Amino acid sequence: MGVGSLLLHKLRSLLTTLGVLFGVSSVIAMLAIGEGASEEAQEQIRQLGSQNVILRSVKPPEDVVSNQSTWSNNYGLTWNDFETVRDTFPWVTRAVPVRALMQDVRVGSNLMHPRVLATTAEYLEATGRLIYQGRFLGVEDQRRTANVCVLGYEVARTLFPVSSSVGEQVKIGPEYFEVVGVLLPRVPIGNDAPLPGVEITSEVLIPLSTGRRWFGDMQVKIRSGGRDIEVVELHEIIAAVDSAQHVPLAAAASRELLARRHRESDYEVVVPLELLARAEETKRIFNIVLGCIAGISLLVGGIGIMNVMLATVTERTREIGIRRALGAKKNHIMLQFLVETVVLSVGGGLVGILVGVAIPSAVEYWADMRTIVTIDAPILAFGISVSIGLIFGLYPAWQAANMDPVEALRHE
Amino acid sequence: MEPVAELQAVSRLYRMGDTEVRALDEISVAFNRGEFWSIMGSSGSGKSTLLNLLGCIDRPTSGTYLVGGRDTRDLDDDSLSELRGADIGFIFQSFNLIPQLNVLENIMVPLFYQEKPSLDGEESARSLAERVGLADRMSHRPSELSGGQQQRVAIARSLVNDPNILLADEATGNLDTHTSGEILDLFREFNEEGKTILLVTHEEEIGCQAHHVLRLKDGKIDEIGQGVG
Repeated sequence: MGVGSLLLHKLRSLLTTLGVLFGVSSVIAMLAIGEGASEEAQEQIRQLGSQNVILRSVKPPEDVVSNQSTWSNNYGLTWNDFETVRDTFPWVTRAVPVRALMQDVRVGSNLMHPRVLATTAEYLEATGRLIYQGRFLGVEDQRRTANVCVLGYEVARTLFPVSSSVGEQVKIGPEYFEVVGVLLPRVPIGNDAPLPGVEITSEVLIPLSTGRRWFGDMQVKIRSGGRDIEVVELHEIIAAVDSAQHVPLAAAASRELLARRHRESDYEVVVPLELLARAEETKRIFNIVLGCIAGISLLVGGIGIMNVMLATVTERTREIGIRRALGAKKNHIMLQFLVETVVLSVGGGLVGILVGVAIPSAVEYWADMRTIVTIDAPILAFGISVSIGLIFGLYPAWQAANMDPVEALRHE
Repeated sequence: MEPVAELQAVSRLYRMGDTEVRALDEISVAFNRGEFWSIMGSSGSGKSTLLNLLGCIDRPTSGTYLVGGRDTRDLDDDSLSELRGADIGFIFQSFNLIPQLNVLENIMVPLFYQEKPSLDGEESARSLAERVGLADRMSHRPSELSGGQQQRVAIARSLVNDPNILLADEATGNLDTHTSGEILDLFREFNEEGKTILLVTHEEEIGCQAHHVLRLKDGKIDEIGQGVG
């Protein structure tokens, strides 16, 4: 009987529910997008290896450097650093040196600018990457300074769109390299790095010794103003630690070591575990902000419903009088209006859930962002819409129930 | 004969600003089972106040009102609602049907508020609709009915819980003479079956058709006489 009178004012009921609809759908959509972004960030951090400490060379600020040398930059991690980390840190089980080379990669007329990394066979295990085809760089390649390379999945797909790339030749800089393997992509491949220190790009890996042999330690970058010469011994040191508990120790020791040895800050220490903790913190803050926004929109929706219900109660004063005269108790009247309010808010809530589940899919499709709709989001949203109906329906219902029947019957 | 409704020195006072209005002043009267009363008086004589008290939607300021021997002073709001639902049927001048419900649903509204819902509620609602001549109108909305038909629905509704007392407030006031006659005939019919009918009216020709006529003047009983009925 409550539903009947709602249908009597279809448009009004529809408009009333819009507030809750938008509130609920924004809660679900924002939760899904937030969850997806955080999951993606955490996945990327995990791919760096949660038990790793990563030391990186960072180009110091320009003005500091230019005082020392006008034409050549000499900065970054050294082999000395690498050996200290590998040999003297008790918790480090494995240290992997990585050099990044500024070289083009081409096959025929197909040109790419991936990150060319010169590293050792231990790189694979330290980073937890997986082989898609072929094999990874071996100790033997290192010893022989072989012209072999392993392609990232994206690179392989771009350079060899139709055929398998293993066994083919690619040209890195001026030299030809044989492709011995392809890595699985880092899932997911995002558009950008969501956190500082996390880079997800396509890459090509070659043996450290081969890189040194062909390309040396010096890299020349030609710019519009002239030439930039950079001398960097090592771009990255990946130090694998024996247990997660020792990661903070290893990180602190690395920072201390580098601070002692390097006069300028031409390095950074990336600790995925710390990033993970920071990502959790960011997510928590994000959830609080999101909760506030959602709360406000639901509050507005609830006030909208209450407003309409108050108008409805006034409009139906006479009906209330009639029902009271025919034997309805206060509770009956109260329940009737409460049910109507809850039906309104739940109706809005249910449609809101549908819309809220649809929005993340659309975002995923159009904006290429990962979203995750957890099962508790719609349940939460449903609970919220029921409570909104109850909370904001209570006062109008109470008002209806406590009308004087004599006055109500006299109402025109 | 036992009275189904009895007023003992009942007064009802209204406070309007600083002045006190004595709408009913020490009214004592007993309505017996199966009687047909009309309550008459000019406007402001206290008819409506009396009707509200008799219908238990208002309480006396002083005095005692007994329904079927029960003192209504002892009843709380919920119990009064139960009493209204079970023992009293209301019929209003402006019919007061619920617009979004159809005829059958309107007749069934009082059933909905009963403590013990009767199993054959819909059945009795249907037979009442047939008795008042609305067998072919069950699923019509009030707005699709004439005034006389709407009042028939209201009468059926007032009877669905099989109450002892029917309270009719200017029940024929919005109807033409012919339809008024038909409605009065219905009242007579149900009265003969044992319902106590209290008909509030200001129309002499309607009021005089009852067995007993109670005339009010300035909140007091002016006269209790016999009708022609």
